Amino acid sequence: MDKKITPLSKLFLVIIFFILYAPIFFLIFYSFNSGETMYDFEGFSLEWYRQLFHDTRLFIIVLNTIVVALLSSLFSTIIGILGALAIHMAKRRQTKNALLSFNNVLIVSPDVIIGASFLILFTMAGVKLGFYSVLLSHIAFSIPIVVLMVLPKLTEMSPSLIDAARDLGASSWDVMSKVIIPYISPGIFAGFFMALTYSLDDFAVTFFVTGNGFSTLSVEIYSLARRGISLNINALSAILFLFTFALVVIYYFITQRNKPNDMGVRKR
Amino acid sequence: MENKLTRNLYKVPYLLWILLFVIIPIALVLYYSFFDIEGHFSLGNYQKFFTPVYLQMTLSSFWYAFLITAISLIIAYPTALLLTKTKHKQLWLLLIIVPSWINLLLKAYAFLGIFGTYGISNSFLKVIGIGQQQILFTDFSFVFVSVYIFIPFMILPIFNSLNELNPTLVDAAKDLGASKWTTFRRVIFPLTIDGVKSGCQVTFIPALSLFMLTRLIAGNRVITLGTAIEQHFLVTQDWGMGSTIAVFLIIIMVLIMLLTNTRKRGV
Repeated sequence: MDKKITPLSKLFLVIIFFILYAPIFFLIFYSFNSGETMYDFEGFSLEWYRQLFHDTRLFIIVLNTIVVALLSSLFSTIIGILGALAIHMAKRRQTKNALLSFNNVLIVSPDVIIGASFLILFTMAGVKLGFYSVLLSHIAFSIPIVVLMVLPKLTEMSPSLIDAARDLGASSWDVMSKVIIPYISPGIFAGFFMALTYSLDDFAVTFFVTGNGFSTLSVEIYSLARRGISLNINALSAILFLFTFALVVIYYFITQRNKPNDMGVRKR
Repeated sequence: MENKLTRNLYKVPYLLWILLFVIIPIALVLYYSFFDIEGHFSLGNYQKFFTPVYLQMTLSSFWYAFLITAISLIIAYPTALLLTKTKHKQLWLLLIIVPSWINLLLKAYAFLGIFGTYGISNSFLKVIGIGQQQILFTDFSFVFVSVYIFIPFMILPIFNSLNELNPTLVDAAKDLGASKWTTFRRVIFPLTIDGVKSGCQVTFIPALSLFMLTRLIAGNRVITLGTAIEQHFLVTQDWGMGSTIAVFLIIIMVLIMLLTNTRKRGV
């Protein structure tokens, strides 16, 4: 392919990057405003951060969000691995395809539909709306993502690895814990990570299934933003941006480290 | 594997998940769509859906989703193409994706400030002599913010399919005397159509249903299918009508999936 980049296309990329990042930095910039608006920068102050850190209600909401994200990604990773194994081991092609289609339903469904249908489900099942309904729905919509992250690793694994382990006398459990799981671990990490970000980012589904007493960060931001501009949100977004960036850096190094070399064997 | 019981036992949680969170919710939506607001069985919701009010809403929702998808594609394709030509392309790609990990509501909120009456975009318009405009709460701002949000999701699949493209094919086209444009039209684009399709898929379907954007940015001037569902479920508590709209949204979704079915072809 043509490897040269003309100055014009460089400019195009610069503009795209500018447009993508400008709103975020705009938010962060105004979080240091001593005034109260997002158009008139009066002076530098950390007042909004101070308010943020003294807001216990918000602190509880942040804790809720993190707890839900960690728990839901943990459970969805476990069930997702089992699901990927079930799809991988299915003997008949039709079974495999059917399972895969069911798996993908929640990925392609719009959030509103997931939220609305889960709301009906929880109401019918008598689950009280709140922490558990949110946790269950986060687990539910994260499972297919984990499956999709783990499955390629399973298909890429040579079946002779398992045969070799069996020939050497490994039990089913040994094959699983000493051969399959280590081999697919990059997929598992990626799946867990994706589940984490999906859960942290989700608004629409949570909005439907959260009751009055329970709130996550996204829902809280929505209700604050509907009331108008409040620079508290700016300060919050600056912190969240740093957090996201840290996650990205970690993710980048994990994927770089786990990149398989040509033999498909991990380097020590 | 010898132990048949354990072999099937591990499937239980996953199959239970499929039953509880995939099949039953959709069945429940379908079931609820046959009940009116008083809880009587009726086909009234479906009749109501085919009145001009709802049909017009569906059409306009489609139109906006189409517009958002088309604009995203026009911007995302060249970006992806240029990204594959950069050094450290994985790093640049990652930087494109970072904004998509920032909470969607925060991005929408940023535009409340940018597009506001005294916001930065209006000061800019004033400087270049156009003068103050109402930008926030218009359909322009809705489309702009939606495109902004969907661009990373559109770039990613296109980038991946461009990245998988065998460069020798492009060289071959060039050797055979194809111009840059012909190479693009006859070789590069057809071979990356799968990426384009999945990009459109991940943009079009959510664009039909993003209700928080219409609420925050478009100030209820744009009603999408998603907004209508949210309205019926959480505001008017008319779950039956909400479910009916949801049923149609599901049908549309399935149609789009079939239309953009990405089948792997060997190259």
